[in-house]
Amino acid sequence: MKPFAYKRAIDTADAVRLGAENGSSFIAGGTNIVDLMKEDIASPTTLVDISRLDLKTITSTANGGVSIGALAKNTDTANHQRIRTSYPLLTKAILAGASPQIRNMATNGGNLMQRPRCTYFYDVSMPCNKRVKGSGCAAINGLNKYSAIFGWSDSCVAVNPSDMSVALMALDAVVKVREASGKIRTIRFADFHRLPMNTPDIETSLKKGELIVAIELPVPRFATNYQYLKLRDRASYAFALVSIAAAFELKNGVISDARIALGGVAHKPWRAIEAEAFLKGKRPSDENFANAGELAIRGAKPLSGNAYKIKLARNGVKRALTDALNMGGTVAK
Amino acid sequence: MSFYDDDLKDAPDRVDGRAKVMGKAKYIAEHKPAGMLYGYLVQSTIAKGTITAIDTAEAEKQPGVRLVVSHKNAPKLTIPERPVGARPFYPLMSADILFNAQPIAVVLADSFEEARYAASLVKITYSSSKADSDTRGMFEKALPEARVTPDRGKPLEVFATAEVKIEAEYTIPFEHHHPMELHATVAVWEGGKLTVYDKTQGTQGTAGYVAAAFGIDRTNVRVVAPFVGGAFGAALRPGPQLLIASMAAKLVGKPVKVVYSRRQLATAHGYRPASTQRIKLASDKQGKLSAIIHEAVHNTSSHEIFSEGLVGISRSLYACPNVKTSQTVARLDMQTPLWMRAPGAVSGAFALESALDELAYKLKIDPLELRIRNYAETDPESGKPFSSKELKECYRQGSEKFGWSKRKIEPRMMKDGRWLIGYGMATGTWFAGQSPASARVTFRANGTVLVESAATDIGPGTYTMGATIAAQGLGVPIERVTFALGDSELPPSPGQGGSTITSSVGTAIKEACEKLGTEFAAVDAKTDGSPFKDVAAADIVVENASIMVKGKPETKKSFADILTANNLPQLAVLHRSTVATAERSKYSIASHGAQFVEVAVDEEIGVARVRRVVQATAAGKIINPKGAHSQEIGGVVWGVGMALTEVTEVDDRYARIMNPNLAGYHVPVNADIPEIETIFVPEEDKIVNPLGAKGLGELGLVGIPAAIANAIFNATGKRLRDLPITPDKLIA
Ligand SMILES: Cc1cc2nc3c(=O)[nH]c(=O)nc-3n(C[C@H](O)[C@H](O)[C@H](O)COP(=O)(O)OP(=O)(O)OC[C@H]3O[C@@H](n4cnc5c(N)ncnc54)[C@H](O)[C@@H]3O)c2cc1C
Ligand code: SF4
Repeated sequence: MKPFAYKRAIDTADAVRLGAENGSSFIAGGTNIVDLMKEDIASPTTLVDISRLDLKTITSTANGGVSIGALAKNTDTANHQRIRTSYPLLTKAILAGASPQIRNMATNGGNLMQRPRCTYFYDVSMPCNKRVKGSGCAAINGLNKYSAIFGWSDSCVAVNPSDMSVALMALDAVVKVREASGKIRTIRFADFHRLPMNTPDIETSLKKGELIVAIELPVPRFATNYQYLKLRDRASYAFALVSIAAAFELKNGVISDARIALGGVAHKPWRAIEAEAFLKGKRPSDENFANAGELAIRGAKPLSGNAYKIKLARNGVKRALTDALNMGGTVAK
Repeated sequence: MSFYDDDLKDAPDRVDGRAKVMGKAKYIAEHKPAGMLYGYLVQSTIAKGTITAIDTAEAEKQPGVRLVVSHKNAPKLTIPERPVGARPFYPLMSADILFNAQPIAVVLADSFEEARYAASLVKITYSSSKADSDTRGMFEKALPEARVTPDRGKPLEVFATAEVKIEAEYTIPFEHHHPMELHATVAVWEGGKLTVYDKTQGTQGTAGYVAAAFGIDRTNVRVVAPFVGGAFGAALRPGPQLLIASMAAKLVGKPVKVVYSRRQLATAHGYRPASTQRIKLASDKQGKLSAIIHEAVHNTSSHEIFSEGLVGISRSLYACPNVKTSQTVARLDMQTPLWMRAPGAVSGAFALESALDELAYKLKIDPLELRIRNYAETDPESGKPFSSKELKECYRQGSEKFGWSKRKIEPRMMKDGRWLIGYGMATGTWFAGQSPASARVTFRANGTVLVESAATDIGPGTYTMGATIAAQGLGVPIERVTFALGDSELPPSPGQGGSTITSSVGTAIKEACEKLGTEFAAVDAKTDGSPFKDVAAADIVVENASIMVKGKPETKKSFADILTANNLPQLAVLHRSTVATAERSKYSIASHGAQFVEVAVDEEIGVARVRRVVQATAAGKIINPKGAHSQEIGGVVWGVGMALTEVTEVDDRYARIMNPNLAGYHVPVNADIPEIETIFVPEEDKIVNPLGAKGLGELGLVGIPAAIANAIFNATGKRLRDLPITPDKLIA
């Protein structure tokens, strides 16, 4: 770990000013950035502590949605009454991540910004384009059991590890960002994380020094029939092999709208648009759910060690939809 | 029993438990002698080759940095002569690289942070050659078998013509111990005398090792390890940090601490070697085994031969007239493997006990029944009787408690909603060893007792065991007993390995207590009118911190009174117990157990969960039911990890371990572990040792991976022979 200076931002304006300085990095809960520093993956010369900024509240928005502070803790967000009742899919996804201790420290902004867990990225003696531009990708022909099946490029096959983001993707969240100029920009969640292309070091559409101030969710929907299914190598405290956020609205026994997003399969949370469209207007049934599963994996490209993820994703989508149906208490047919 | 059962209510609590939960138990890295420097290791990034240059200029320029020690400036150590083919790794002795992440330098600084940062600035240049870490094809790569065991009977011929047979190959990957406590040493030189606080399972073995390396007398080395935060075999060999810290401390003339980081730890010690096993079983139609052929290969390193016994279990567990076993090792460019909980036995049992299950299905005989039909009443290898063997009773009580009779033999017949339910079972066994050991027991005038031994307590409850035996032996409340251990200057003890500390050190303590009784009698006998004059030692009874002549309660005298009468502050006895080798050699001596497991498998999404485990154990006398229960459930947890989650992933292109941390190496978490029931079947065993106690630490694990894999087959009809059974394999 490199020696670094520590500065505390007094307000968001101060934060973006300090954040724009060369070599600086924000620290919120510190559960990711400190690890990265200890492993010599990130070597900021200045840590800008934003953890005391007044961005911790969860409030209603004018259009009937909710605004979640970037510095609210994962635990507090998941357990917030409004989130629990109106956006239970988000609660479930957050609680599927990490451990209670880590969630108590982790902030929402930090969760969105957490970096991939590719084992080569974490070992500074290994080639990794994400860590050292142009050094090569060790995973693509190496140990890639945990790597992507969608959207990867020859330069990087890592996946985004966040659970929370998968639910936010399904729920059509937007991210509110304070630019260096002081202006607040709105980024659609689908545009927030990026595919690796040939710049795998750039993971989000944030620019240097920009600060996430809040995450906004639209008018509550999908609060009855929903499921976040996380499939992993042990029962708890492991990153997803594949995770599925699935939800739908039922009107007179017919699916009026559906959301399916997958985690652990791409460099960003992966929306299964075709599967969603297919379900619209259909009755919930085993067959329709199975078809949705098939559509969700269309276009998947496995690497040498992760073909199993395709099956896991396909069956997982079907299962999550089935669970979502049962959760809503509507009889399956 | 399960944790809150009444059976455990009166068992002593861990005597060190309070100190541990209060943070008062001082582990190695917490020792901080005055003036201590912090050492941070630099590890190689290649697996094979030589260091051509090492540039420390940048590192040495950093504030707080005192010195960088590498093979260039390390004091030369004496490396003892070893048999041909063995070149044990001694750190910083040469430019050779034998395995990836080998320690090649240490940076010494005033603070840990300064040392760690400077370590990242040391630049190494290598000349590198192709390394081999590929565990496939190990049979082809294997060295010739070192010690060929003659066949029993005619296994090959019998197998060729047998009525019923099965044949299968089983593979187990590299696995690491990942104990909570990291490998660490604090080394302090005072003149020519070296004191090391070292993470070790054997203080005296370690002392001898360092003394030999520095060419100093063994009496000039003291090794201290009062608390060891889990080891499981990982600290059976001295870790490289021991010599590195000692060399560095010598060079700088100040105490030095070196602690492995979690990421670095995976090569601080060996690991369970990766193995491939081929088993052939033949039987008649009633399931009577007629041939067992068990061939195994596991890896060793390029520089040493490490071999652990995988196939022995096939010679000892079942009565079978025709048995062939062979075992070889294949060299890989890796750190040398090392014993890891139930070494050899658990790997061998995974193969044999899975194969037996496969045979049971072929025969359509209940797997438990199949085992009973092949029960070995005497040791099938030697023909000797067992000193005790209540395995049949383990089968009976275990299966009854579990409800084995409700099992459906055909796979896929038991369901619970979406879950396919499967029952599986297996057998475990572990040799009950004993070594000579010494203990000093001191009774003080204030009624307290001090027990001393160089033994370590790596977590199984050795402190409590020693205190319990002394409390019982002298008839004092356990609160009055203090057990001092973990110091090479205390009375000799073997290292803590192979589940033998209770039988070895426990025996020494028991006998020392008896001897203390006769000592008190001898002291008293010198006074006028003593009833103990000319009384034979065998006729002296010790109870309630008193002695009396057998059958004469009126002769009772308390230790305290004898001390007062003779104006003595205390009375101590140093006793060395020996092993009754001649008597033991007439018997086969082992502990046994039967494991019953229920799993639930959700095939569609590749999830397997262990739902219930009943672990029945016959291990002689149980000294402390709570400690024993804890050991046996610990064995189950370990087995769940081995069966379902644990694997050290190596990138063969670099022969480098790629998941050397607790996020990537998945040990089971609480959510993976169900309620575990233990049963202890009593055994009276006068042969094993005077305590009548056999070891428990390894036994509880031996059958578990096979029992789980067998249960998964019963649930799904899928035979998975490659551990661990992770979702990718279940869904394939
Ligand atoms: C052992 C372990 C297991 C885990 N398991 C899971 C899991 O299963 N699922 C899961 O989803 N996550 C998991 N996590 C990750 C955890 O959720 C993240 O570490 C956490 O959410 C990060 O939040 P933080 O506030 O601590 O971020 P920090 O570590 O403080 O920051 C992370 C990054 O975000 C940047 N940042 C923080 N806040 C802002 C902001 N407001 N605006 C702009 N940039 C910002 C920082 O500069 C930094 O680069 C795990 C973590 C650990 C250590
Ligand atoms: S997948 Fe991405 S993060 Fe992993 S090694 Fe390749 S470039 Fe690096």
